[in-house]
Amino acid sequence: MGILRRNLTAYGFLCAALICFTVFAWYPMVREFILSFQKTDLINPPTWVGLDNFKAAVQDPAFGEAWLNTVEFTLLALLCGYAVPFVVALVLNELRHARAYLRFVVYLPVMLPPIVAVLLFRWFYDPGPGLFNQVLDFFHLPPLAWLDSSSTALISLVLVSTWMNMGSATLIYLAALQNIPPELYEAAELDGAGILKRIRHVTIPQTRLILLLMLMLQIVATMQVFIEPYMLTGGGPENATVSVAYLMYQFAFSQMNYGQAGALGMLLMLALLVFAAFQLRTTREDRA
Amino acid sequence: MTATEHRRAPVSEPPGRARPTRRRRSPKPIQVQFRTIVSPHQLNSRWGRRIYWLVLIAVIVVFTLAFVFPLYWMITGAMKTPEEIAEMPPSLVPADPTLEAFFEAWDLFDIGTLLANTAYYALGAWLFSMAVDVTAAYALSKLRPMFGNVILGAMLATLMIPPMVILIPLYVTIVDLGLLNNAWGLWFPAAANGFNIFLLKRFFDSIPRELIEAAQIDGAGPLRVLWSVVLPVSRPILGVVSIFTIVTAFKDFVLPLLVMTDSEKMTISVGLSQTAGAVTQNQIMGGLVIASIPMIIVFFVFQRHIMAGLTAGSIKG
Repeated sequence: MGILRRNLTAYGFLCAALICFTVFAWYPMVREFILSFQKTDLINPPTWVGLDNFKAAVQDPAFGEAWLNTVEFTLLALLCGYAVPFVVALVLNELRHARAYLRFVVYLPVMLPPIVAVLLFRWFYDPGPGLFNQVLDFFHLPPLAWLDSSSTALISLVLVSTWMNMGSATLIYLAALQNIPPELYEAAELDGAGILKRIRHVTIPQTRLILLLMLMLQIVATMQVFIEPYMLTGGGPENATVSVAYLMYQFAFSQMNYGQAGALGMLLMLALLVFAAFQLRTTREDRA
Repeated sequence: MTATEHRRAPVSEPPGRARPTRRRRSPKPIQVQFRTIVSPHQLNSRWGRRIYWLVLIAVIVVFTLAFVFPLYWMITGAMKTPEEIAEMPPSLVPADPTLEAFFEAWDLFDIGTLLANTAYYALGAWLFSMAVDVTAAYALSKLRPMFGNVILGAMLATLMIPPMVILIPLYVTIVDLGLLNNAWGLWFPAAANGFNIFLLKRFFDSIPRELIEAAQIDGAGPLRVLWSVVLPVSRPILGVVSIFTIVTAFKDFVLPLLVMTDSEKMTISVGLSQTAGAVTQNQIMGGLVIASIPMIIVFFVFQRHIMAGLTAGSIKG
């Protein structure tokens, strides 16, 4: 079979994927760039406006707040969604009973459609008959306003987000922990290392790559938080939960200003590119 | 492990008295199949054992409360009357359980249509993206065209781009192509999945050359090789990729929210989100329970594959 023919067959097999990727993945990336310099409402023909979209996006009253909230959300989500699953996985790995049950249960919320988790928690957060305030009341604690107060709204969103996502992180860590050669622990024990030292000098170095990788993935994932503010708070109260992705959605679909949304998207992409680069480097190391 | 086991093993058991139900149990040593942070010796020490059981029970209780109880609350909430569900303090068990809310939710949200739509989009997304991704991975892995690595790299690069970031231009593209309220508006983007292609290609790479060459000598063309040699041996990875594609399509929210704007064509997630404000709490819960059932069933049936796929994903990077 000649080289030409082999290539033709190969590209024949590839063409469907190439079309899909070109139109629905690669072109939208380019389109984002074009969009951010245009004024368009998808009805009238677009006009070029230079950097006006970026200016308008930056000058939007919610712009600064949205970035602050997103960073704060990401940090809180890392604390809850990154550190907690690792500790949970460490404990689960030590348990010899009910393993299948615990693994099943922790992954259960991941299977639910996000809308289910979000609407369920909206009911839990209800200041009146909501479950959370009833539990607080049971312990004679004062009720919280949850989603209705700017001091608790953001952490309430983080709680939902953690509840529905932590299962996959936990199971990935668990798999990594099970790959650690037992001899290392035995050697550490012979050297007189206690349990905490074994975690520090064996477990963490052995899972370092997964830990780094998950850190990047988590940051990129939580920086895009959308459904929680969209469904639970609408960005309120007083912009306390506006995220960058949510603001982008608002620019596009409330103000019909797709160019401005594109500009904000570009800024988010630039911010995340830093992490993507990190991720790439970590993966390289992983393969080497 | 054996040493500790034997030390604790049979404690004064008179031979011949086999009445296991009445026997007073001596504390059983904890079986250890593999070594972890805590050594078997520590685990089976007097205190080790006590702490172990304490932690185990605490973990089981906390996990059940944290992950199962909300679902219990959702299901029982749907079985309460509107009056009971608004009651303070809430009742732990519905006083007068009724399935009324499920039927009301079914009618109010038009869940039949929503579920049928969602299933249709998910199945189509699965069929189409399998066809596209399998052929692409096969070409990249076995036919090795020129610039294959560049193409693969460009496909993988899309994984680095967060979906929310290109959401707006993707939407604009879909509008330009006239695919609003058209199932292809969800199926095309679903097929452009670099992760699927990566997983499939990695698996195809591991299929021995001899197998394929043998088929070629028998006169099989590339399509025939794919269909009769590669696909049959790739069943495990095809299973994993299939489940993940279907689950993702079923759970997806933002893209269907933008693309499927006709209430006749919405997915279950979008439909519930649009109507949730206008109905009573027990009806919402009824809707949520119904929306969760398909995925819970999938989870029960394919649990092992899903766990396996998760681990495959973690090494992926």
